[in-house]
Amino acid sequence: MARIFTPKVVTANALIEGDVIYLTADDHWSRDLAQAELITDEAHAQLRLLKAQSQVATIVGAYLADVKPGDNGPEPTHFREDFRRTGPSNYAHGKQEAEANV
Amino acid sequence: MYKYNDFDTAFVTERNAQFRAQVARRIDGSLTEDEFKPLRLMNGLYLQLHAYMLRVAVPYGSLNSAQMTQLALLAEKWDKGYGHFTTRQNIQFNWPKLSDVPDMLDALAEVGMHAIQTSGNTIRNVTSDHFAGAAADEIEDPRPVAELIRQWSTDHPEFQFMGRKFKIAVGAAAEDRAVLKAHDLAVRIVQNATGETGYQILVGGGLGRTPMIGQVINDFLPRADLLPYIESVVSVWNQIGRRDNKYKARIKITVHEHGIDDIRARVAARFALIRPSFTGADQELLSEIKTHFAAPNFRSGSTETYGAAYKADPVFRAWADTNLAEHRNETHAIVTISIKKHGATPGDASADQMRAMAELAAKYGYDELRISHQQNVILPHVHKSDLPALHARLKQHDLATANIGLISDIIACPGMDYCALATARAIPVAQQIATRFDALKLEHDIGHLQIKISGCINACGHHHVAHIGILGLDRAGVENYQITLGGDATWTANIGERAGPGFAYDEIVPAVERIVTAYLDLRTDAEETFLETFRRVGMAPFKAALYPEAVKKVA
Amino acid sequence: MTVIVTDTGFGPDTWTAGYQDDTALDLTSDTDPVLLVDRLAAQVQMIRIDFPSFADGRGFTIARQLRLSGYKGHIRAGGHVIADQYAMARRAGFDDVEISDQLAARQPEEQWLARANWQQHDYQARMRGAAPASA
Repeated sequence: MARIFTPKVVTANALIEGDVIYLTADDHWSRDLAQAELITDEAHAQLRLLKAQSQVATIVGAYLADVKPGDNGPEPTHFREDFRRTGPSNYAHGKQEAEANV
Repeated sequence: MYKYNDFDTAFVTERNAQFRAQVARRIDGSLTEDEFKPLRLMNGLYLQLHAYMLRVAVPYGSLNSAQMTQLALLAEKWDKGYGHFTTRQNIQFNWPKLSDVPDMLDALAEVGMHAIQTSGNTIRNVTSDHFAGAAADEIEDPRPVAELIRQWSTDHPEFQFMGRKFKIAVGAAAEDRAVLKAHDLAVRIVQNATGETGYQILVGGGLGRTPMIGQVINDFLPRADLLPYIESVVSVWNQIGRRDNKYKARIKITVHEHGIDDIRARVAARFALIRPSFTGADQELLSEIKTHFAAPNFRSGSTETYGAAYKADPVFRAWADTNLAEHRNETHAIVTISIKKHGATPGDASADQMRAMAELAAKYGYDELRISHQQNVILPHVHKSDLPALHARLKQHDLATANIGLISDIIACPGMDYCALATARAIPVAQQIATRFDALKLEHDIGHLQIKISGCINACGHHHVAHIGILGLDRAGVENYQITLGGDATWTANIGERAGPGFAYDEIVPAVERIVTAYLDLRTDAEETFLETFRRVGMAPFKAALYPEAVKKVA
Repeated sequence: MTVIVTDTGFGPDTWTAGYQDDTALDLTSDTDPVLLVDRLAAQVQMIRIDFPSFADGRGFTIARQLRLSGYKGHIRAGGHVIADQYAMARRAGFDDVEISDQLAARQPEEQWLARANWQQHDYQARMRGAAPASA
């Protein structure tokens, strides 16, 4: 029986800053998960991952992360990806800090 | 305190230049990420969940005020104004940029510090007793030997690409404060029956997925044989240790699979080959290193102000009762500064706090500081008459929490909040436990109780050797916490016993509270510690307290 | 094709005898150096130790055991060795390193020459009180 493909985003860390980044549909890297390309097709996911992994001069450790569609774009399904999206829970550092400064 | 000589300074300068070039070569494509990763790791640089993390070595946990002040500078200039002291006596910065790290390393070199071999499959930064040089119960200061091992292991050409990491600890006291039995190799400075000083060597200890207690491989090693013997152990393991499975690569598994007698015989054969290559220069170096660690000229003078403050000020008295330890000079005390304020992140110190501790070390502590594996900072030598003034200053910087050895003095790894390997959070669990027992006003009544929390099976939080150990796991996408009881991190080391099924994130604090309530009911009197009670009554009554539903079902 | 790296940079392979007869040994990284010493005959002039991956550092221990056992012939590191490991290889007792043309293109000569100063800043030589094993 074929496994049902759960939606994915391509995520990685920026080589210089180390920030969590997401691949967008127009081939940019965004710091914001909501901007990421929601991938619903398995073959397309592999193609997008290969494209990401070839960008060795700008990113590190690309992989496919499970997400679900939300009102404002992809949302994490696992708590690890939720922390990556926001930042640590003991200080308002990381992405949540950047948001607070907007 | 060890002071770099020209050789050390030139080495670190050269090494930093190499790393600066390696960063450039990673960016220009000369090095692939696969090749760069072990190189950055052997210079202490990780890529974590949200950012890079730089782990700076505090060799055997010793540093001076200038070094602590420089750590504060790093925290402010290249990080977010704080640092995290670890269970390996190191300090981590959680937010550096890759391009800033070479500058950070150069700033460290200015004060004789580095980040070399704080990570990677190599011999890691050597750890030791955080009371070394001050403890009343030690044969000698273990730090010169630890420094000798640091130099020998630094950039060792054979041991930079091993199957896995290799951790060495050195102790010299009756009481083991360095968790010697949980190290790949432990050096215990001992005296034999004839009064000669030498080394007892243990191998094969370690926590992680398969916790093991170290075994004695050599009961008494003459002093001049130390480095060739350690080199033989690591050389044998580098050769025969498993490389097919990273969870079976540590020497504890090699010792377990081959047996300690087989390993001892292999080491003896290799030692016969290696020993002649050491011509005695290491022993001359050791003598020279020892001069760096000469005890300060301890002040004499009245300790009356201490006695008066102890009598008059209950806050000072509570702090003195928990945070002071016996010094080998009776007019002095060893002060542990708690970096475990209730509700704060265990082991985190702000740049302001680092600077304050540095100033206080310079003013009251002969310029010496130590980092403990329990994630606190120690002023090893303080004249008792200075304690009231020191305490007053610590209060101003939120550093006077009186909880050393108590339930809120919790070890916690960074966990899922920072670590790429973590399976659950550790820090918020520690924060909530400390806050809860502070609110109950019970912790002084509970007495000595060590809680240690790891956010994954790798056990950086030493949960196996905690009186109450907590291991955070990912159970089907949800954080789940397993409890172990009865672990012991001292010379009577013991791996804790699993209590039963795990608890959800919002159930773990009440579960710990039930264990503690059970202990308070079970203990014979206030003198019997949690560990003593557990050893007397066993797991059953604690299990009943932890899982009341199961008891009801049986009934 | 391969490139031979020495302290003076890149050069061609001058070992023409191959590794088939009993003057040269081609070793894998899981070779036990203890057993190897017994196999060493007087006519062995060249030993090449393979690095299947730069992360497999067993070859360094094999080379050092050979030197400590008294082997005076040539020892070569072959396979995936990176420029950053050149000093380690020399200190462990290797005479040179054999790398692929592709690796030589990605990590050009100057990156290897940068580590030709392997005799400097050597803590272990200082501890032993003797010159590095192969000097």
